[in-house]
Amino acid sequence: MDLKDLYRDVIVDHNRSPRNFGAPEHADRRADGFNPLCGDELTVYLDLDGDQITDAHFQGQGCAISIASASLMTEQLKGLSADDTRALFEKVHNMLTRDEAVNDAASLGKLVALQGVREFPSRVKCASLCWHTAVAALDRQQEPVSTE
Amino acid sequence: MSTSATEATRMAVKGAPDFAQARADFPALQQQVNGHPLTYLDNAATAQKPACVIDAVANYYRRDNANVHRGVHELSERATEQYESVRDKLTAFIGAGSRREIIFTRGATEAINLVAQSFLRPRIGARDEILITGLEHHSNIVPWQLVCEQTGATLKVARIDDRGDVDLEEFDSLLTSRTRLAAFSHVSNALGTVNPVRDMIDAAHAAGVPVLLDGAQALPHMPVDVASLDCEFYALSSHKMFGPTGIGALYGKQALLADMPPYQGGGDMISMVSFEETRYNELPFKFEAGTPNIAGTIGLGKSIDYLSALGMANIQQYEHGLVTRALRELEKIPGLRLIGQPRQRAGVISFVLDGIHAHDVGTIVNAEGVAIRTGHHCAMPVMRHFGLAATARASFAFYNTDEDIERLCAALAKAREVFA
Repeated sequence: MDLKDLYRDVIVDHNRSPRNFGAPEHADRRADGFNPLCGDELTVYLDLDGDQITDAHFQGQGCAISIASASLMTEQLKGLSADDTRALFEKVHNMLTRDEAVNDAASLGKLVALQGVREFPSRVKCASLCWHTAVAALDRQQEPVSTE
Repeated sequence: MSTSATEATRMAVKGAPDFAQARADFPALQQQVNGHPLTYLDNAATAQKPACVIDAVANYYRRDNANVHRGVHELSERATEQYESVRDKLTAFIGAGSRREIIFTRGATEAINLVAQSFLRPRIGARDEILITGLEHHSNIVPWQLVCEQTGATLKVARIDDRGDVDLEEFDSLLTSRTRLAAFSHVSNALGTVNPVRDMIDAAHAAGVPVLLDGAQALPHMPVDVASLDCEFYALSSHKMFGPTGIGALYGKQALLADMPPYQGGGDMISMVSFEETRYNELPFKFEAGTPNIAGTIGLGKSIDYLSALGMANIQQYEHGLVTRALRELEKIPGLRLIGQPRQRAGVISFVLDGIHAHDVGTIVNAEGVAIRTGHHCAMPVMRHFGLAATARASFAFYNTDEDIERLCAALAKAREVFA
């Protein structure tokens, strides 16, 4: 178990200075994610042009893994369609939970920084909360989502 | 049982126990975790078990396994004798007046639920109140909320101050002619606060209010004498006091228990059953429906033997020194903030590191072989009081040493490095 695999520089940086952080004045969609056992809370805000995400923000509180994951996600979502987002979520989920090496690293971009989470099964829920929340926003889900 | 002559026991016979030696009695503490010697500081969640407890459970299943209270055969008599002898041991260990006042339960949680449903529910009305404190574990909140839902009664909460002590003035002012029970922890699992239970019980009794003490976090750390405390009920848990999981007990004053209806129906709790009428068994069996946790109870008996040999007053004194030194060392770590500075503390230190979430702290120290708890510790209202979602909690037992403190502090320094 190597801590440097989990807390890579990219993760530490995005935790310290999360990108796209804060509630925008306007958002077409929003959804809440809440893991009550952890206390992690996120709100994801999306702007859409037709089916395409034009802007993504988040705010909330949580551990470094959940904050960095949300920050990295908001950078990746811009320009994606709802279907693209779901497909990317599936890739991220596979990276977080499956033992096989990631064979599609290029399409994950900076998200590969989260690869080390796989060695820490109790932290998968932290990294995936923002993604479930983003999909809930696309689905206009009213109830908060949870990964616990 | 022939396994009671542990190293610690022998030391205790000679004089003051050697707690570093006692550590050798715990097989789980002898392992490496992530390439480091295990530093187990999650004792408030559950304590490790000495070999004599593990052996007692295994020996029961190897030699004596039989149901209790019914067979005339050899094994059943052995099992019954061992099971019932634990009731006597526990009676003596907590200073109860009679073995009839000791009800075995699945744990402290079930003990509290038993009092909620069998004692309180029949005696409380829609205009009545139950008093708890802001320090409570969820297991000493939710059973009372259930009674309130069932009866329309109101749950009152005496707040805690910023030290993590109960506001005693408010506690006193909330004891009224409507209060049907006051329920509070002896020791807080989240902050380590030792409540001034003597004063709180006196205040409750002066208002004519019976008291339940949640003793799950007290019994592993200090001598407890329910007779001198004079509380009506005391809930305890085996696995926090170095015994098996799935077993605990309720102490209750005999006169109250005798008046209470059974908590659950089934075998063992009856004296005669027909389809027209059932007569309940005498105390304490009236409250023990079904085949009990025989192996767990026998293991609990062995942990009581073990603790008695060390001496609870010795344990209390040793841990006081240990926790005082831990506080001193932790306070030296830059950016570390202690959560709760109670006037009297036992076993537990809660803290946060500036800029590092508690769960990240937990993961990083685990990589160094250090086991602490991170989260809300099943005490969300306590966390809310301090405006936090989670803290890191180091909780101690008599087998912890100054080396454990050093390893904890070194691991916390590592956490600061990772996030530097």
